[in-house]
Amino acid sequence: MENNKQRYTIGILVQNRPGVLARVVGLLSGRGFNIENITAAETNEPGITRITLVTSGDRRVLSQIVKQINKLVDTLKVFDFSETEFVDREMALIKVRAEEGTRAEVLRIVDIFRAKVVDVSPHFYTLEVTGNDSKIAAVMELLGQIGIVEIARTGKAALARSKKH
Amino acid sequence: MFECLKREGVEVIFGFPGGSVLDLYHEMTNHDIRHILVRHEQGAAHMADGYARATGRVGVCLVTSGPGATNTVTGVATAYADSVPMVIITGQVPTAMIGDDAFQEVDIIGITRPCTKHSYLVRDVNDLARVIKEAFYLARTGRPGPVLVDLPKDVQQAQADFRYPRRIDLPGYHPTVEAHMGQIKRAYQFIKKARHPVLYIGGGVVHSGAYDELVRFAEMTRIPVTGTLMGLGSFPATVTDAAGRKEPHPLWLGMLGMHGTFRANMAVSHSDLLIAVGARFDDRVTGKISGFAPKAKIVHIDIDPTSISKNVEVDIPIVGDCKNALEKLIQMVEAEPIEGLDELRAPWAGQIHEWRETYPLAYTQDSDVIKPQFVVDTIYRVSNGDAVITTEVGQNQMWTAQYYLFDRPRRLLTSGGLGTMGYGLPAAIGAQVGMPDRLVVDIAGDGSIQMNIQEVITAVCNCLPVKVAILNNRYLGMVRQWQELFYQKNYCGTCLDASPDFVKLAEAYGAVGLRATKPEEVEPVLREAFSINKPVLMDFVVSPEEGVYPMVPAGKSISEMLLV
Repeated sequence: MENNKQRYTIGILVQNRPGVLARVVGLLSGRGFNIENITAAETNEPGITRITLVTSGDRRVLSQIVKQINKLVDTLKVFDFSETEFVDREMALIKVRAEEGTRAEVLRIVDIFRAKVVDVSPHFYTLEVTGNDSKIAAVMELLGQIGIVEIARTGKAALARSKKH
Repeated sequence: MFECLKREGVEVIFGFPGGSVLDLYHEMTNHDIRHILVRHEQGAAHMADGYARATGRVGVCLVTSGPGATNTVTGVATAYADSVPMVIITGQVPTAMIGDDAFQEVDIIGITRPCTKHSYLVRDVNDLARVIKEAFYLARTGRPGPVLVDLPKDVQQAQADFRYPRRIDLPGYHPTVEAHMGQIKRAYQFIKKARHPVLYIGGGVVHSGAYDELVRFAEMTRIPVTGTLMGLGSFPATVTDAAGRKEPHPLWLGMLGMHGTFRANMAVSHSDLLIAVGARFDDRVTGKISGFAPKAKIVHIDIDPTSISKNVEVDIPIVGDCKNALEKLIQMVEAEPIEGLDELRAPWAGQIHEWRETYPLAYTQDSDVIKPQFVVDTIYRVSNGDAVITTEVGQNQMWTAQYYLFDRPRRLLTSGGLGTMGYGLPAAIGAQVGMPDRLVVDIAGDGSIQMNIQEVITAVCNCLPVKVAILNNRYLGMVRQWQELFYQKNYCGTCLDASPDFVKLAEAYGAVGLRATKPEEVEPVLREAFSINKPVLMDFVVSPEEGVYPMVPAGKSISEMLLV
């Protein structure tokens, strides 16, 4: 079972009705799937919400979960991104130690990764970083050596790539 | 509320009142709707379920908040597992108190989310009519199932102008009814070539009303048919000859799976084409997956895409209503008949006949002790094979599936998916409400009958003459059988040496109690019971250590049956 484990990103358009997120999440938790991250927010159409979730597990069980999500009365559409090209981004707010000797290094990292400093205090900077998994991981690793105090990540938002022509 | 129910054609509600539904009960007296007062809310859910399975209509139950609602959960899960159309209306504490741990408050929507097709918490009385319409629509369309509507007390008390929506607006719900013609054509290419085909049918055939189409298709193509527990009656087990005698239908293989017939399991194991219709490859059917129909191409017709390729990889999936798909297959056969059908099928028919003769279902009623199979067999004979039969769960259920031959759908009501002990009696009461003129018999065990025995009084005071045949072996027989075979005869927790006197119990409830202890008493007891227009409990004292065979041990292939 472990060998078949893969990471999956799934996009879901739902009607924004009470309990809809619980219904989606219940289909995963009921099958012992852990959700690595999940985002949900209204789209440009009022009353329609896009949920993006990342999970990992066995392919066969996952395809059953995708079908079950599709079957929910409130589900309008499911995108299984394991079958299509997609772009994804997430945002992280990272509070990092920024003292006399490390401030310049923090700012260099901010510059290289096109992050932003959104809050400053005598001992800490809070940074806003946007990117895909590997970019956030790289920033976290570099800042980790300086000293991360707290971190809040949004989880992933994903859209399928449009056809090029 | 009641106006909505009337618009949906509801004639009866199974329910139990309480604080959070008092307003509905108060209003009920102003409406022409029958209410069956149960003695436990689990009974209400099973009665609504039995009513729905017997009639094909949506069953309705009404209970209060908190414990009233939680008591229905087993019934709701039972209906969900077997795709039974039901609407469950639960009272809820007033909206302002939701979440405060108020008296008799429970998050019933949360509790039932995994075992309902959908659910609604109505927070505004103006939504009520739309919700009720959607609830009934969801319950009966697509793959049917239970829908729960949670109604806070203040919403019940609120007033609104009655406007019943004409249209349903559910943009996320479009069950595929029409089977894809390309897939039908592909399937038919396999059907034309197959030498050892088998039709494997399930409850979906019952729900879609595809009985006539199935019989026609099977007879046109001469494909033998096996059924799941839920599919029994979707294909006639017998045919009546010119002299009025019942003969086994030559294409009927009986049930398959763990307690299936030898010929059904052998036929599936040797098939080169398996056509699943409204069945879901349950583990009790397939046994070890790798040993299930190993040589066969698999065609799967089902209205629920989540059922397809869930347990077994399917070669040709056909999403759609069974009736629609079978109609299209029949058109294919008519357009391009199978050439040389006689020669093509003769060897396969011969092989199946040989399997049938080698190990038919059999028992010997030789001693002074009543064999449970003999009781089922006699019920079949005395009722002319024409009763609505409900069962509990366990040996009573399997012997019924084996020895009562069902020729029509909606005649066997049994908890197949969830396997709920205590289902049979309330389901029989619900069925009797829906079919007042038909003989309804619950074939029970001495263990499971006690799980909802309180409903005998519901039958008595509503003049519902259900018959209960208890196969009393003083054991939880099916579990005992597993202990005998796989747990070194360590009969821990399965001996029921202390049971009530069922005859006296029946009398205490105002029903009739009868008992048979010798084989020759079985038929007279049944005849007497069936002639009494009152509920009757029959206590058949049967041999304690009889087992259900054939049996496929858990984890084995269905070709590896224990035969005795």
